[in-house]
Amino acid sequence: MLHTDPPPFFHRGPSPLARLSFFALLSIALLFADTRFRYLEGIRHGVNTVIAPLQSAVQWPGEAAGFVVSYFASKRALSAENTELKSQLLAQGPAVQGASRVEAENAKLKALLDVHARYGGAAVAVEVLFSGRDPFSQKVFVGKGTDAGIKPGEAVIDEAGVVGQVTRAFASMSEVTLLTDKDHAVPVKNERTGVRSVLYGTGTGRPLELRFIPPSADVQAGDRLITSGLDGTYPAGLAVAKVDAVERDTGQIFAHITCSPLAGVDRSEQLLVLGETAARIARPDEPAGADNARKPARVKARRGG
Amino acid sequence: MPSFAARPEEILKPARPLFVALTMLFGFLANLLPAAGFAAVLKPDFLALVILYWCIQEPRMMGVGFAWFAGLWMDVADATLFGQHALAYAVLAYSAEYFRRRVLRFTLWHQAAQVAVLLLFCAALVLLVRVVGGAPLPRWTYFVAPLVGALVWPLLSVMLQRPQRPAHSSVNR
Repeated sequence: MLHTDPPPFFHRGPSPLARLSFFALLSIALLFADTRFRYLEGIRHGVNTVIAPLQSAVQWPGEAAGFVVSYFASKRALSAENTELKSQLLAQGPAVQGASRVEAENAKLKALLDVHARYGGAAVAVEVLFSGRDPFSQKVFVGKGTDAGIKPGEAVIDEAGVVGQVTRAFASMSEVTLLTDKDHAVPVKNERTGVRSVLYGTGTGRPLELRFIPPSADVQAGDRLITSGLDGTYPAGLAVAKVDAVERDTGQIFAHITCSPLAGVDRSEQLLVLGETAARIARPDEPAGADNARKPARVKARRGG
Repeated sequence: MPSFAARPEEILKPARPLFVALTMLFGFLANLLPAAGFAAVLKPDFLALVILYWCIQEPRMMGVGFAWFAGLWMDVADATLFGQHALAYAVLAYSAEYFRRRVLRFTLWHQAAQVAVLLLFCAALVLLVRVVGGAPLPRWTYFVAPLVGALVWPLLSVMLQRPQRPAHSSVNR
């Protein structure tokens, strides 16, 4: 093999291999710090304030194109949509008219049971800017942040159900981890039977899973799952998912239950961030040294990806 | 008549640092462009390609350190783990250090084949780091973007070497 090193009289600083080793070790240290301890959120926020304007700048060619296309959208398509919306409105008429009566009845019953108001917080409507570019996680970025009062941990829904949870809030942008992310879990309740469980995301293109349900439990395909509100993150009663299939294998301790989200998790453009619930039950004090205690429905905050 | 791409024997003028910095910025912005569905699968890492090009052409300006630093910015922009892109770009810059001695003797399409191997290796490295960190395996389409990157390489090379080519390159032989 030929000598590839330069002669010693051309001084060129440390050798490439030495430099690579240094930076590779530094990367691994950073990866470790980010995965395990999340020490670097401050730096991330700092750098993001520089990147955010660039990000919104590259957004506008697409937006401009979208505007032109929608401007020239044929009148027929619009009138068809109009007709459809009208018929929908008509179909929902009875429900809407009955709603006030149901609401009053509901309030009365709640007062009777002395239950906290289910959801009294403020909500912020947001628009999806772009979906996350990391192929290992399921995230979207929305166009409002701490300026609009959004805080990490708040639930995000669309018109059909739960979409996910805010995991990072920057000044004018927030990162939403979707239901389908592998590190996302939400405590749910079977609407039909009331059985509580936790619904886990499993990553790209794979169905949601309802874990730790014994094979004997009463779960059927088609059951709707709603949030149980036990975690204090998601308000109770939001629609989450529908059970697709239940496999009961007697050899296994738990049934294998796959579900699909009701919300347009990766399609919805308009989302709603639910602010902190007014009446939240205080978390019990954690005993000392309970760092590894289970925190249901929090995105396991140690994995940033 | 000057050829479309610089021939191996053609001596390029040194690149201006400002031009290098600008192309890096454009590479970064290209990575920030929103893409959805099929486009997101195909979208190559433009910044990695620009870094690789300058590591080969101007090793005194672009090296492991700069590449690593650019990777950190990409990590924040993509909200990936800190150090993931940085590691990949540093490895890319290091391999370019040895690669550059011979790669410029090849035609652009032969270069692209070698770039494909480098980019796939970096993608595999990122995959390893993330899976060790507990991430799920992505779909197979994960490896499509590096291949698209290699296909973009000839075009990118022609664009980036244009300002460095002498005004009257009359290599008529």
